[in-house]
Amino acid sequence: MERHFEKDLEELKERLLWMGSLAERSVHQAIHSVLDADEKLAHSVLDEEPAINELQLEIDDRVVQLLALYQLMAADLRFVLAVARINNDLERIGDQAVNIAQSAQRIVRHPRVKPYVDLPRMSELAEEMMRDSLNALVRKDVDLAKEVLKRDDEVDQLRDQIFRELLSYMMGDSAVVFPAFELILVAKNLERIGDHATNIAEDVIYMVVGSDVRHSAPDRR
Amino acid sequence: MAASARHAFDKESPMISVPSVPAGAPKETAQDLPMRMKVSNLDFYYGKTQALFKVNVNIATNRVTALIGPSGCGKSTLLRTFNRMHETLSHTRLTGTIQLDGEDILRQDVTRLRRRIGMVFQRPNPFPKSIYDNVAYGLRVNGHKKALHDAVEHSLRRAALWEEVKDRLNKSAYGLSGGQQQRLCIARALAVDPEVLLLDEPCSALDPISTAKIEELLIQLKENCTIVIVTHNMQQAARVSDFTAFMLTGELVEFSPTPHLFTTPTDPRTEAYITGRFG
Repeated sequence: MERHFEKDLEELKERLLWMGSLAERSVHQAIHSVLDADEKLAHSVLDEEPAINELQLEIDDRVVQLLALYQLMAADLRFVLAVARINNDLERIGDQAVNIAQSAQRIVRHPRVKPYVDLPRMSELAEEMMRDSLNALVRKDVDLAKEVLKRDDEVDQLRDQIFRELLSYMMGDSAVVFPAFELILVAKNLERIGDHATNIAEDVIYMVVGSDVRHSAPDRR
Repeated sequence: MAASARHAFDKESPMISVPSVPAGAPKETAQDLPMRMKVSNLDFYYGKTQALFKVNVNIATNRVTALIGPSGCGKSTLLRTFNRMHETLSHTRLTGTIQLDGEDILRQDVTRLRRRIGMVFQRPNPFPKSIYDNVAYGLRVNGHKKALHDAVEHSLRRAALWEEVKDRLNKSAYGLSGGQQQRLCIARALAVDPEVLLLDEPCSALDPISTAKIEELLIQLKENCTIVIVTHNMQQAARVSDFTAFMLTGELVEFSPTPHLFTTPTDPRTEAYITGRFG
């Protein structure tokens, strides 16, 4: 029997996925504003942040109402709780994108410290993790979510690599300290985006099968 | 549906499709809506005992309004004034006004009023007749002659009962299950096309599945009918209603859109009741 609140659950998912799309776009534009030294692109990331924040408020509002009104159980309950958590991760991803765009604005007039090799690779990975974690949510795909979890190590390693490389550039030439430092921050932001994508994947697993796999703990059920 | 919200954009020029759900969780306030019924300064007495104190409430058209509160709070008393059922008891008296579409109900012909405002009671009470005759009775009494069968079918469909009884319309209504009997009572009430349907704890005597069916039914019915439901099950009020009135010892304590009342009630007494800390 179809229940009337199913429509509300479906709407909640759509709003979350819309927020995900905006966050994905922000990350993409932010990283390209760095890689391409594109000031306009950096500016549009900042312009679009309020929309993401408003969605966070709206989604939280919907979550509270659904929990209060419908005594949700089992998969429905886990779904709404997962949405509440993913909501926060997406908002933080939006913040990280803004941080990256602000770094872009600060270094846009500086010559490039070095050819970008690891940074594009890292951003590709982070964007893929985001995209796949949200696809895992749509398809309720636990295997895809687990795959996302595995990629976090590679992102962390790239961050470390970028740190080491830029550190040696800074030590060699004090003129590049400022832009190199901003690039280290960008790498840090990307690594955080990867972490948030990991959180989303963990929430998807909880939502689908009820296992809490956070902090690499075995199934606590 | 999900595909429209997830749009794989190409890396050169990221494009995102427009969301299919507009912004903002829907929030409806009573001020925005037409009111089918208005109750003003209603005091009600059983003999010398006052049971309702200065009740003011507006019932929105084509919405479900729930009356909740502990036993003895006056919710059923209030409901029964809406179609003057209190007049079937002796020594009852009320002051104040109750209006249906702007007209004082106390000045109207009570039989005609009760056709416009139907009622369903806690225990299913079908007539000792066939399923068909239960629904047709009201129609016949009101002089409905043509297309009786169509009208009966229409009511049974509206009450989500047609498919279950279409092959045994001439069988006794008593052969139906409790949930089916209650839906038959709803069909019977709907047969004369009321503008308002009053339900006094309609699911108290029913199992969870029958209850769920009736709740879904009420949500569909409200498109064409104003519904007022008394329930001691506040979760039911939360699931089903658009507006909720909380009553306590004859007073209307709080009246709000249901999502608001159940998430951020204004009155501490309301909060105590809905969090189960009452008494």
